[in-house]
Amino acid sequence: MMMIDRVQLVSIVGSLSLLVLILELIRRGKLAERYSLLWIVTGAVLLGLSIWRGLLDNFAVALGIFYPPSALFLVGLVFVLLLILHFSVIVSRLSRRSRLLAQEVALLKEALREIQEGMGEEID
Amino acid sequence: MSQKQSDVAILIPAYNEETTLSDLIDRLRSELPNCGIIVMDDGSVDQTAEVARSAGAVVLRLPFNLGIGAAMQTGYRYAKRKGYRIAVQVDGDGQHPPEEIHRLIEPIRQGADLVIGCRFLGRGDFKSPLMRRLGMLFFSFTISTLVGRRFHDTTSGFRAAGRSVIEYYSDHYPSDYPEPEAILLLCRAGFDVREVPAKIVERGGGHSSITAIRGVYYLFKVFLAIAMGTLRPVRRPGRENE
Repeated sequence: MMMIDRVQLVSIVGSLSLLVLILELIRRGKLAERYSLLWIVTGAVLLGLSIWRGLLDNFAVALGIFYPPSALFLVGLVFVLLLILHFSVIVSRLSRRSRLLAQEVALLKEALREIQEGMGEEID
Repeated sequence: MSQKQSDVAILIPAYNEETTLSDLIDRLRSELPNCGIIVMDDGSVDQTAEVARSAGAVVLRLPFNLGIGAAMQTGYRYAKRKGYRIAVQVDGDGQHPPEEIHRLIEPIRQGADLVIGCRFLGRGDFKSPLMRRLGMLFFSFTISTLVGRRFHDTTSGFRAAGRSVIEYYSDHYPSDYPEPEAILLLCRAGFDVREVPAKIVERGGGHSSITAIRGVYYLFKVFLAIAMGTLRPVRRPGRENE
């Protein structure tokens, strides 16, 4: 009994557009492949849930949630939290790397200055 | 620069310290005539770099503000590459008197790896606000407990490091409020860390980077870093970080 009602249609179209948007961003090189995995999974899960409504109902029952749509909120929230955590990890790595780069720049500028002043003498 | 260079590098982290720096460098020069004086300018917006350079210091100018830990590490990297045997950390605001540096260097020459100039061991009468004192006590207590040895002044930035520590700190140095954590790292890696009494005076200019609100973050960050530091595998010398 796969009657397609309006809500389902809207959610299928919505999650499809999200997936297309993600893939398009990857294609244009605006979203690096290595960071796109979670986004693709998010889009795919949303699409899956809107096509097979029974999935959401079963999931809600399994978790003991009476009102199936709130299971959807739970799934969404968990994904968003994971994404944000993922970003925090990336930001930490980037800031570590930019710190290293800045230090290297300072050291290289001094080395260059030394060479330019023609006094590159090393202490023993 | 034609006379023989000594093997001692003075590392001065500076952030907008144009008012105190030139006087400090002059005093360092007369106290330790041949030592290398290195100013790590942590993205200052005033004339810090120019003042330090015209006073005769080597200036490592960071392109943007990275915080004291990363600035200090830049100095250690420089000292490592230049082959210095001893590096002495001195604050840019003049609270660490150059006359006291010999007291820090002496134990290094006799084999210590890191020597901390301690405010509370009898020399000088260092007064600081109650909250800061409590914070200092807290860190000293925490570090002492974790390391199993009594440390009196874990927040003092007046330190001398030997060659092995210069190399170690080039690869591993904590960011943000690094002093207590930097001790813990060394102790866990098996270095010989000592404290000596040192006179530390009122600030000549500038002001503490630690304000009331930052104080809370300071406590939290350092405590978390110390707790995680003890759970993390020991970072042995010689392994580059990413």
